[in-house]
Amino acid sequence: MSQEKTQSQTVQTTGHAWDGDLQEYNNPIPVWWQYAFYFSVAVAVGYWLIYPAWPVGGGFTTGFDSITYVNDKGEKKTTHWNTRALFLKETNEAVAAQKPYFDKVESLPFEQIVKDPELNSFVVSSGKQLFSDNCAACHQQGGGGKEGFAPNLTDDDWLYGGHFANIQQTITNGRHGYMPAFADVLTSTQIDQLADYVLSLSRIAVNPDSAKAGDALFHSETAACFYCHGDNGKGRQQIGSANLTDRIWLWANVPGADTIAAKEAAVKKVIQGGLNKGVMPSWKDRLSPEQIKVLTVYVHELGGGK
Amino acid sequence: MFNFKHEWIETNVGLLLVLTMLAISIGGLVEIAPLFFIKNTVEKVDGVRPYTPLELRGRDIYQREGCYLCHSQMIRPFRDEALRYGHYSLAAESQYDHPFQWGSKRTGPDLARVGGKYSNEWQVAHLTAPRSMVPQSVMPDYPWLVKNELNFADIEDRMKALRDVGVPYSLTKSEYDDNVKKFGAQTAEMLSIPDARKNLIAQAQSGNYDGNSGSISEMDALVAYLQMLGTLVDFRKYDDDAFVKYR
Repeated sequence: MSQEKTQSQTVQTTGHAWDGDLQEYNNPIPVWWQYAFYFSVAVAVGYWLIYPAWPVGGGFTTGFDSITYVNDKGEKKTTHWNTRALFLKETNEAVAAQKPYFDKVESLPFEQIVKDPELNSFVVSSGKQLFSDNCAACHQQGGGGKEGFAPNLTDDDWLYGGHFANIQQTITNGRHGYMPAFADVLTSTQIDQLADYVLSLSRIAVNPDSAKAGDALFHSETAACFYCHGDNGKGRQQIGSANLTDRIWLWANVPGADTIAAKEAAVKKVIQGGLNKGVMPSWKDRLSPEQIKVLTVYVHELGGGK
Repeated sequence: MFNFKHEWIETNVGLLLVLTMLAISIGGLVEIAPLFFIKNTVEKVDGVRPYTPLELRGRDIYQREGCYLCHSQMIRPFRDEALRYGHYSLAAESQYDHPFQWGSKRTGPDLARVGGKYSNEWQVAHLTAPRSMVPQSVMPDYPWLVKNELNFADIEDRMKALRDVGVPYSLTKSEYDDNVKKFGAQTAEMLSIPDARKNLIAQAQSGNYDGNSGSISEMDALVAYLQMLGTLVDFRKYDDDAFVKYR
């Protein structure tokens, strides 16, 4: 700041001086600023007239702006401007724009949705969004699943079936995985043998004698594994029991275990403790049937659909 | 003639303080006070009830851990919010909240309708170590929730305090009977202060929210609270414009 200016007699200061010569101007606010302030006050009055503003008695002034919307019964309604009516109007307009696509999704069978290129790209783009918002928290971005928590949706192994109808059923009503605990039913040796048999189904080299004993147990009434996992160990999709022969593991981290002993321990842990998890919520209250159908196609097309 | 000078205010700290507070409180009062008198702010909907004792303790933990610093509980009536979170929040849904958790800071997603969206198992794993479930998450770990036993020795006092500010928890038989009329017998049972401990233990054991049936942890309470958020009103019962008239 120049010497003349600080010492000018025309500029008013607050009268304080710091450090000997440090002074503070006491200028009025700029005129343009002052008028901008008055203008904004005038605009506020305009807002009061247009939008809901002042409380009066038990109600309020509604303003003279209005919104006309069509409700779900098809009735045309006009109300004073408010965010809920505006929301409804915008939502209904967007729904109307998407309606041709969703109508097609609703009416066509799955196989035809996939074959129609335009519809398929609609399903992929809207399905991706739905999947990110609702499914990715468990099945992860891209549907790769999470070891020990949620199954991989990109492979061709399906606990509850990989046909369109199975996937739709799973999303609509949710799932709850269950396997009883065998720690109190079987001896530790028996569980060792069963673990070896289960590993041998995946062609992992274990003690053949132990695996053979496990095979007998698996198909016996003592352990009765075959009730749920089937005679061939391939599981039953009606009840969501795992296919034990496909080298795909969800609950026992066999691929992640380095040694045979560690692989055995991982399988043993599941047999001993059982499972009461793998809970997938039901989505029928959160998503519309058409959205579920879109998601069904999306998940099916992730790579593993049957 | 009276000659007003800004200098009087600017050079008098006491006066500046008083006038500042006056200006701010007028602004606040004009925005807030009318809501207490406008009759139709709170929508008439079925299903909204005060929290059960276990949910209430979960809500206390939610506040203790500062969840509200990153999560709002208020879905605004915008299309993008409805698509992601569900139906916009109603005033009626937070009528028993003291304090409400609406908020406007969303580092994480809105939680107003998180109830039932994920499994209990997911909530436990995610609260303990968020990045185990959502790799890109910036949420801190809360590993102590599963380890800490839930302290509910003062649950009756907590409910009494809320009763004092108008939440219909019942102490007397006549209050209980009023609740039966208003909420039905099953809910009225849960709102009874003398039975609070028994109800809390029963809900924690039957729900087993943390997956460990041996003890009642803070995780049990917090997950019980999260799993009921936004689930009380069945919106299928109402027309899509049923709530427009309340604005």
